[in-house]
This record gives sequence, structure tokens and C-alpha cells, in this order.
Amino acid sequence: MTPQTVIFTTLLVASLLFFCWSVYRRFSLVFYGQPEERLDQPARRLSEMFLYAFAQLRVLRKPFGLNHFVIFWSFVILALANGEFLVNGVFPSVSLALLPEGVHRVLLLAFDVVSLLTLFAIAFSFIRRVVVKPPYLDSLYVKGRSPEAFLILSFIALLMLAYFGMHGALAALGVENDPAAMPISSLVGGWLAPHQSLIGTVYSVSWWLHALVLFAFICFLPHSKHMHILTAIPNCYFGALTWPATQPREKFEKGAVYGVGSVERFTWKDLFDSFSCTECGRCQAACPATNTGKALNPRQIVHAIKTNLLENSHALREGRSGTLPLIGDEGEGTNTEEAIWSCTTCGACIEACPVLIEQMPKIVKMRRHLVETESRFPEELLNLFENMEQRSNPWGIAPGERAKWVSTLPVKPFVAGETEYLLYVGCAGSFDSRAKQVTVALATVLNAAGVSWGILGKDEKCCGDSLRRLGNEYLFEKMALENVELFRERGVTKVITLCPHCLTTLKNDYRQYGLELEVVHQSELIAELVRSGRIKLDRKDDSMGRIAYHDPCYLGRHNDIFDAPRTLVQAATGTAVVEAERHGRNSFCCGAGGGRMWMEEFTGERVNHARVDELLAQKPDTICVACPYCMTMVEDGLKDKGAGQVRVRDVVEVLAEGLLRKNA
Amino acid sequence: MLVVVCVKQVPDTTQVQIDPVTNTLIREGVPFIVNPYDTHAVEQALRFKDRFGCRVAAISMGPPNAEATLRKALAQGVDRAVLLSDRTFGGADTLATSKVLAAAIEKLAQEEEVGVVICGKQTIDGDTAQVGPGIATRLNFSQLTLVDRVDELDLSGKKIRVSRKLEGRHEHVEAPLPVLLTVVRELNRPRYPTVAMRLESADAQVEVWDNKVLQLDVNTIGLKGSPTWVSRIFSPERAKGEMLGDGVHDPEGAAQLLIDKMLEKDLLAL
Repeated sequence: MTPQTVIFTTLLVASLLFFCWSVYRRFSLVFYGQPEERLDQPARRLSEMFLYAFAQLRVLRKPFGLNHFVIFWSFVILALANGEFLVNGVFPSVSLALLPEGVHRVLLLAFDVVSLLTLFAIAFSFIRRVVVKPPYLDSLYVKGRSPEAFLILSFIALLMLAYFGMHGALAALGVENDPAAMPISSLVGGWLAPHQSLIGTVYSVSWWLHALVLFAFICFLPHSKHMHILTAIPNCYFGALTWPATQPREKFEKGAVYGVGSVERFTWKDLFDSFSCTECGRCQAACPATNTGKALNPRQIVHAIKTNLLENSHALREGRSGTLPLIGDEGEGTNTEEAIWSCTTCGACIEACPVLIEQMPKIVKMRRHLVETESRFPEELLNLFENMEQRSNPWGIAPGERAKWVSTLPVKPFVAGETEYLLYVGCAGSFDSRAKQVTVALATVLNAAGVSWGILGKDEKCCGDSLRRLGNEYLFEKMALENVELFRERGVTKVITLCPHCLTTLKNDYRQYGLELEVVHQSELIAELVRSGRIKLDRKDDSMGRIAYHDPCYLGRHNDIFDAPRTLVQAATGTAVVEAERHGRNSFCCGAGGGRMWMEEFTGERVNHARVDELLAQKPDTICVACPYCMTMVEDGLKDKGAGQVRVRDVVEVLAEGLLRKNA
Repeated sequence: MLVVVCVKQVPDTTQVQIDPVTNTLIREGVPFIVNPYDTHAVEQALRFKDRFGCRVAAISMGPPNAEATLRKALAQGVDRAVLLSDRTFGGADTLATSKVLAAAIEKLAQEEEVGVVICGKQTIDGDTAQVGPGIATRLNFSQLTLVDRVDELDLSGKKIRVSRKLEGRHEHVEAPLPVLLTVVRELNRPRYPTVAMRLESADAQVEVWDNKVLQLDVNTIGLKGSPTWVSRIFSPERAKGEMLGDGVHDPEGAAQLLIDKMLEKDLLAL
């Protein structure tokens, strides 16, 4: 054994031991989390993992993601080269040259090309961080130009340079096995060849540089945000198989703990999520709260969980709760209450995350703790909670007035067996003066199409959506149980909702209570009626002018309904809607989801102003929505912006107006 | 020291209608709520508990289903709940009501000295604001009505200093204990019960005291002991307004008409 082999082997073993110890110390913390089922359906999980981790579908949504794609695959391919390097360092007789020559040649070519590509990709990464740094790379505690980021980039660059140094030197010395398969190394060799005396030094320096950087990388990896190299792939495997539009039930019994008030109350997957975050900032770039200057940044929520877990790890290992609070004053590792209450639960963060981290559900879990255990929440919510509990609507209007909107129309009560659909009007459609017009329009269209429908009238109750998103699970459960019983009693099986929030609650949330309803949003049903010819629109109504469509989060992102409202507008007007810059899956919230409808907005720009500006950029005459909350927010936003000449219409109103014109 | 808070279950008046034939409140199907002012009274009692560690008892006179109101107080953190329920208590006016409540407070005082009694300033169904002062008079307690801030409760010096919210002014007053306060909404923000407290309160004991316990002369309580009775109840006639202008097609014209009308009626004068 040469001294070099001894030193190399010693350092390698030490690095690997340190690596394993670090990984064990970190990952064992994950087991302090609560149980959660994420191991079912392995085949589907593998396919998700392939799509998101290996094919990098989400990463590639941003153009610069291509750069990451290159680095990722280079890393995978070079893992083989680096593996060879490490084994060869200990056992100099073992190398990939033992493979069949053809295979070896292909590998050598791949290593050579990929190393060069990586060098370019790293150069682009440097340029991106130094010159054209996008704002979303910075969060409060992690900056785009952090030493850590540059250190990692430098490590990778040095590895590539050392690789070419080594193989260039070998080529120059004429001892490289197969220089023809290594065009770039041969090129470097050509540069070195005139300096014969230096070649030996270049080789040794490159070899040791390669070795030392590799060891440093191995040691540093588990302690940095680049731990994602280890966690991102499994995190995609453990990702949610269905879109997390709903929250899990809680068990209400004496002595139980509700929500998440300290880090170990999160599930193991929540904790694993925090180890998978690479601080890429895509969630914060998509978040309506972050975008409008609120205290919330979804990336910081995840970062806080990681920091809190690590800070409190000592206490957790001793079976205590940590001293660094999870919720409290501003500081790294702690989430402020203001941040927690700023979330609109729009889900843009979940949609943006390349490694399938679920940020929003963590926020709702912390809300549960605040409401149910601490009884601490923004003042405005007390009224909402009381109104919901006492009068089953957010405004506290007398339940007897629920069916007042029908005064002008012949509307029948829902009777099982005689009526096909229950029209679940919802609180806005029943009480809000503007939304009531939408209800009337919907009723008109349903009647025109000969749909058999009825209502529950004053027996209808609020679905409880806002309560659940606000973390008042206790009250939500009470209302959900009442509704489930009411629907069962009345024999309701098919439901039309006016509001996407009712839609998601009846469809996704009530399923947890064993109630399987066939729930359709009005836009879906009407689009189908138009398609099947039950609604005939011979003459197109162009009186709405240029129409921009705003995707409601709870219709689009949370329930995958993107086309129906667009088809409907197209059918009624003969022209397609114009799209805002952010639309469809990437639509930007109006600001009213997650119970924000009932709260004041004190900090930063108003979310609805930001959204309205974006919609106005398309120069619309009419803005179409498909949600009563969006209606309120967009109308208010337009008024504040002095753009009152732009009309706001629910998609069903566009159709109803078309029908009325036809009949006139 | 014991703090007693009086609460009442009232019909949700936003949902109450008057039967045009019988001129009485239609109570069928109308949900009951805790009298809103009383929730602030409960909160103040709990703040005394938090601060001084005193015990809090909530009492309510009403039918058996008024238990729900007391259970809510238990969920918020009161230590003891007593429902005063007996057929002979029924139909009481404010005089007879205050008599029963005062008797219950005296009975509680046999076990533990009562330093403070807190009531809402009035109930939203009767709106008399007489029961609190009636209790104070019967118990010979100091009475401070319309309290919107408690400045100091001095247990050793046996006195209390509060601010009273009057029309257009505030009054700072001090009174010796024992005292009865009636409170307004501005006093505080009632706490929202935690889930744990709700579950606790679901099993907690609500004591029910009937007249066998209080031993009051049946001629001085309930309907028999009530010198006032309601002869008629009706909704005031409201003159129907008129529609002016066309707000949809001519909003500016409509606004102008509205301003003219208000000027004409001298509603915009400073």
C-alpha cells in the first residue's frame, strides 16, 4: 500500500463515517413526527417519483430549470465516475476499465461530455446568482447570494476542472486508456503536452483536488440545503397522490391535542418536506401573500420547520419539547401568527414546488393549534365563528332569510325521487346581494335547459369551508355532521353548487364523513348542457366585449376545473376569453380564500389590487369569474383602481344574458 | 372570594318576528343565544379569576333548556354553574326575576363570600336594564352600571374603580365591595372556548335549583310576584321609502336626487 492510498483511504473512511453519522442524526429527527400514511400504492408512487424527480417535470416549468436538469443528470451519470474514483483510490487495481471495452468507451465519452456540460451549467448558475438574480431567490433568512450557494457551486466546478486536469494530464502523458473516447480531456491534454515538466504536478494536484473536494462535499452535504440531493427523490415518492385540497379530520376527545403548536406535532412527512427544500423560491414567487408584502412566505414556513427541528433536536432526543417556539415572535425557526393568518390556502405554493412539498396544509395545521388549543386568532374571526355557530352563515343573517332570493322566480323545494339535483345555493348565493343575482341567473339557465332541480330553502346550512381552512376544525366538524345528516335524510345524491368553496367542501371534505355525493359546479353542468345541445345559443352575444377570465383557486387548482368556464363564455359570446399572465394552474388568488374573506388586510398591497392590475393589463371590457368570493374581490379591486367601467360577471351570467337577449 | 355572573338565554332577536294576530313574539323555531352583553360579563368575571385566582359562578334563571347557556359559560372557564329553574319562577317581570337571582346569590354567599356580581347591561329581548340594579338593591350591594372599563379591583382595600360609559361622556367612579356591575360591549372581547374546555364543559355538572332550594314565597316570585305585565307588543309602522332615479343607468343623476332630497329634509346640515 502506497502512502497515497493510506491517506486517501483514511480520509474516505472518515468522510463516509461523518456522512453516515450526519445523515443518521438528521433523518432520525424525522421519526419524532406523527404518523402519516405515505407508503401505499408503490407503483403509483414510483411513477410520480420518475416524473417529478427524474424527469423533473416541475423543475422544467421554468426555463432556467433546464440548467438544473443538466446538473441533475450529470450528477447521476458522474456518480459512476466518482464512484470509480473513490474505489480506485482504495483499490488501485479496480476501475471501470474492467468492463467490456464497448461499454467503457461509451461511459468515458459520457463522463467527458457531461462534465463539460456541467461546467457550463455551473457557470450559468453563477451568472444567475451574481448578475441576473431573480428576487425570489432571497428569503428573510436564506439569500440567493449566500456563501453556501457559492460554495456548493464552486465544489461542483472544481470537481469538473479536476476531472479534466487528471484526464488531460493522463492523455498528455499518453497513458490514458482510450483518449479517442475522451475528446475534451484529449483537448486539455493537447494544451498540456508542450509543458512536459508540469504534467506530473498537474495530475497530482488535480487528483488530490478531486479527492479533497469530493470528501468535503460528502461531509458538507447533509448539513446544507443541498441535502435535497438525498431527500428530493424520496420526497417525490412520498408525495401526495391526490391533490391536498382538503385537510384531515381530527379526533375530538378529552386529553387530545389539536393542530400543530410545536414541531414534533407535524407528521414525519411534514418534517421530511422541510429537509427536501432547496430554497429555490418558486413557492414564494407564486404566493399571493408574499407577492403583496405580507408576513407570509411559504418557503420560510418550510425553512422554519427545518430550523426549529434542528434547534430543538437536543430536547426532542431527551423526550422534551424544544425551547425554540414554532409559533411566536419573528426569528429564524419560528413562524409568526401574522404569517400563519396571511395564507389564502390558494395552493399556488404546492403547485409550484418541484419536489412536491406541501406548504399550505402545514399552515392550516398551525391555525388549528392557534384556534383550538390557544384560542388565539385575529379579532374579526370571533364574529365569524359566532355567526357560523349560531346562524350557520358568515354574516350572521337570520337563517330564515336564506331563500329570499327566490321571490322573483318559481323555485321548487328539493324532493328526493322527484328532483334530480339539489341546488346548494351556499351562503353568498343566498345572502350577498351581488351573488344573489348570480343565483337568479343560474336558476334561469337551469330552467331554460329543463334541468330538474330544487333547493333546501331555509333548511340549508353553511358548508363550513372557511372554518376548516381557518383551523376551526371543531366547529367545522359540527357543521359537516349536521349537513351530512341533512343530505342523507333528504336523500340528496346529486348536487349543483354555485360556489367553488361549497363544491370543494361537499365533494372533497364531506367524503371523510362517508358521504359520497355527485357534486358539480354550475359551470361544469352548464358547459355540459351546452355541449349536449340542451341549451341552444343561436346568436352569439358580443355585448360583453373583450372578456378576461379569472380562475378561482378552489375551482381550478383545487378541483381541476379550467375548461368548463372558458367553454361556456366561448359558447355564449363566440370568442375565447383573454388570459391573464397567470392563469389556469398558475392562477393568482383574489385574496379571499382560506377565510381571508372575513379578515382585514393590514399589511402591504391588497391581494385583489394585485390581481385586478394583472387582469386589467389584458384591457378587458368584462372580467369573468366563477366564484362569489372572487366576484367581491374583483369588483372591489376595480372600484379601488378607478376601473369601474369594467364589468364583472359570473360565467353563468354571461350565458343567462345571452339567453335573455335571444328570448327578447 | 366568589364572583357571580348572571347570564340569560334569549331568543336570537334578529330572527324574532311578531305574530300580527296575537301580538306576541313568534318563538317557534327561533334559536336561542346567550344574551350578548352577558358574554362580556362572563369575560370580565374570568379576567378577575385569571388575575386574582377567585372562583367564578354563573347563574341563570330560565327553563331547563337554558342549561346550554350555562354550559357555554363553563366552556369559557367558569367554575360553577347554577340554573334556577322552577315552574313558579316562570312569567316573572324584572322585579320577580331580580328577587330569585338575589336569593340565589345569597345562597351562594353562605358557602363563599361574594365580592362582585356582574350582569350584562340589559338583555336583548326585554331591554329593560332593570334586573342588575334590582339585584344590587335587594342584596344591598354598591351598583355600578354601564361599566366599560375596570381600572382597579382592590381586594385587600375592598374597593373597585371603574369607568362608566354614559351618553357623550365617561364617568370614573369608585365603590366599596361587595359590588354589582352591569357591563357594556366595549368592556372586553369575550374569549373563544378552546376545544379542550368545550369537551370538559360537555360533561360538567350544571346544578339546578328549584324553589325547594331557594324557599321563596311563591306569591313574590314568577307571574304572581310580577306587578308589570305586557299589554301589547307590536312592530312599529315604518313609512315605506320611495324609489328615486335610476341608479343602474344614471347613477350620477340618482346621487344628485338623493343629495337634493337630503338637503330638502335638512339632513346634511352641520
